[in-house]
Amino acid sequence: MRVYFLCFLLFAVGLYCILRKRNLIKIIIGTIICEYAVNLFLILIAYRMEGRAPIYSSGQNIENMVDPLPQALVLTSIVIGLAVTALLVALAIRIYDKYKTFDITKINQLKG
Amino acid sequence: MNHLLPLFVVLPLLGAFLNSLFVRKKAKVSDFISLVITFSLLIISVISLFLVNKYGVLIYKVGGWFPPFGISLVLDGLSSLLLFTVSLISFFISLYSINYMEKYTSKERFYTLFLLMLAGMNGVVITGDLFNLFVFLELASVASYALVAFGVEKEELEASFKYAIMSSVASLFVLMGIGLIYSYTSTLNMADIAKVLGGSLNKVVVFSGVLFFMGFGLKAAIIPFHAWLPDAHPSAPAPISAALSGLLIKSLGVYSLVRVIYNVLGLKILFSPVCMFLGGSSIMIGVLLAIGQWDIKRLLAYHSISQVGYIMLGLGLGTPLGILGGLFHLFNHSIFKTLLFLNSGAIEYSAGTRNLLKMRGLSLRDSMPLTSLTTLIASMSISGIPPFNGFFSKLIIIFACIKGGFWGYAFWAVIGSILTLSSFMKVYRYSFSTQTQGTSSVREIPLFMKFATASLSLLCVLSSLLFLSGFSNFFLGTAKKVLVDAKNYSTINSILER
Repeated sequence: MRVYFLCFLLFAVGLYCILRKRNLIKIIIGTIICEYAVNLFLILIAYRMEGRAPIYSSGQNIENMVDPLPQALVLTSIVIGLAVTALLVALAIRIYDKYKTFDITKINQLKG
Repeated sequence: MNHLLPLFVVLPLLGAFLNSLFVRKKAKVSDFISLVITFSLLIISVISLFLVNKYGVLIYKVGGWFPPFGISLVLDGLSSLLLFTVSLISFFISLYSINYMEKYTSKERFYTLFLLMLAGMNGVVITGDLFNLFVFLELASVASYALVAFGVEKEELEASFKYAIMSSVASLFVLMGIGLIYSYTSTLNMADIAKVLGGSLNKVVVFSGVLFFMGFGLKAAIIPFHAWLPDAHPSAPAPISAALSGLLIKSLGVYSLVRVIYNVLGLKILFSPVCMFLGGSSIMIGVLLAIGQWDIKRLLAYHSISQVGYIMLGLGLGTPLGILGGLFHLFNHSIFKTLLFLNSGAIEYSAGTRNLLKMRGLSLRDSMPLTSLTTLIASMSISGIPPFNGFFSKLIIIFACIKGGFWGYAFWAVIGSILTLSSFMKVYRYSFSTQTQGTSSVREIPLFMKFATASLSLLCVLSSLLFLSGFSNFFLGTAKKVLVDAKNYSTINSILER
């Protein structure tokens, strides 16, 4: 139970980072922390106490394996996260070109 | 006939790859490719409407695996309604983009991203697997972040960054909800989850329902989660503003929300009052913020929030009449909001400004007669003037509120409609009704743009025929049944065993 709590705490740390930081790069790092917290949560769901790798070969019983499905999900989610992070960093570089700053309080063309 | 289902995802992906890999600076070829793809999607979606009326539910097993194990694509009434809406609007959008996108460089990249977004939206609507829904959701979202920033000017980049951060956090909430549901039920097939849960109100289910509500609610821009929309929608090029407002917030937001909360988790009774309250506040806050705007696209973006409020109010009522009204308004809103955004793009294309105060002196009514007429039709549709479609769907929602005993919400919706009318009177007054002396250099828009806006305004009139019960039963009846008898969703896998 404590592990899950720590996992949610990590997510909250990421959210705090997104909400409170003023630097674009730190905000991107916040989203990455959130993403890793969710990935960690998915892996924890799959974990079984003293389980072994889910590889089936003849002559072995299918018992005491960790759940392989969330591992496949995490793989997909990491790839998606890579795409989002790459796009965010590209946007941040373009924003720096236009505004000459990473400070979000100075990037305020849109109002109202 | 279920071999048609993968085409909804495969065709736009094919178009996207053709555009990005083989087309180099030949804009005519990419126009042609995207037009052919969207038109064939439109035909397949019309066929799917007939199929759903004949067979009820169609399931395609990807890779031949039977449902609880493999990914399945499910076409039922609600999916086919959304697929038809997406295909219809995206066809007109790609027709409009032929002329409009000429002022941007690298048109083929625009079409690539647009078709990827289309693949994502169709995939979200047609999939029967919860994690697959997340993957398509991210596909459509990532394409839309890039499309919002397509102009790479200061404002576009800022809006896109804001949208990307908020929307990716929303996606993470959805993923966490999926993880919780998987740990509780040990399955990812949506119908199978509904079967395992069997309508139980366990704490885990309610908590994951709240996570899904936050995630999909942000994509749908319901009121506490709306902050990204008024920045992101006006910053995109006009066809993309139309696609975001008309399609993306509906397929990624409203559809996924009602599908997961009503059908999969079976939390209809618990979440109905929340949907109604947030929908009601969206109606009022959206329209009040819209009245003060002078940028025409920003004004339209605030109206999107308000109209999604009507849809959520209708769907949240949960009565057959309310759900019918909500779905009808969803279809109508995608038509007239697309038309309004395309018209704002036409004004920007010809007059070069989006500010209502600057349009005053340009005497747009004489120089752009068609755009003036279609804007008038769309404005009357959105504010609910009788012969147009918006009137009938709002009428059904208000009747449903009265019938369900919610007099306050009915009154609230009427006031929202009156305020919508007043804000569109302001738009029309400033953009088209002023006369100036002297000749104007403003020209009418080119042929394809004219064709797209004219046919959409014709659809604004024609779709009010759906008020008649014959059309309504064919078109909205099956979709309504899916949401009214929400518990039946858990049994759809049984048609494969026959």
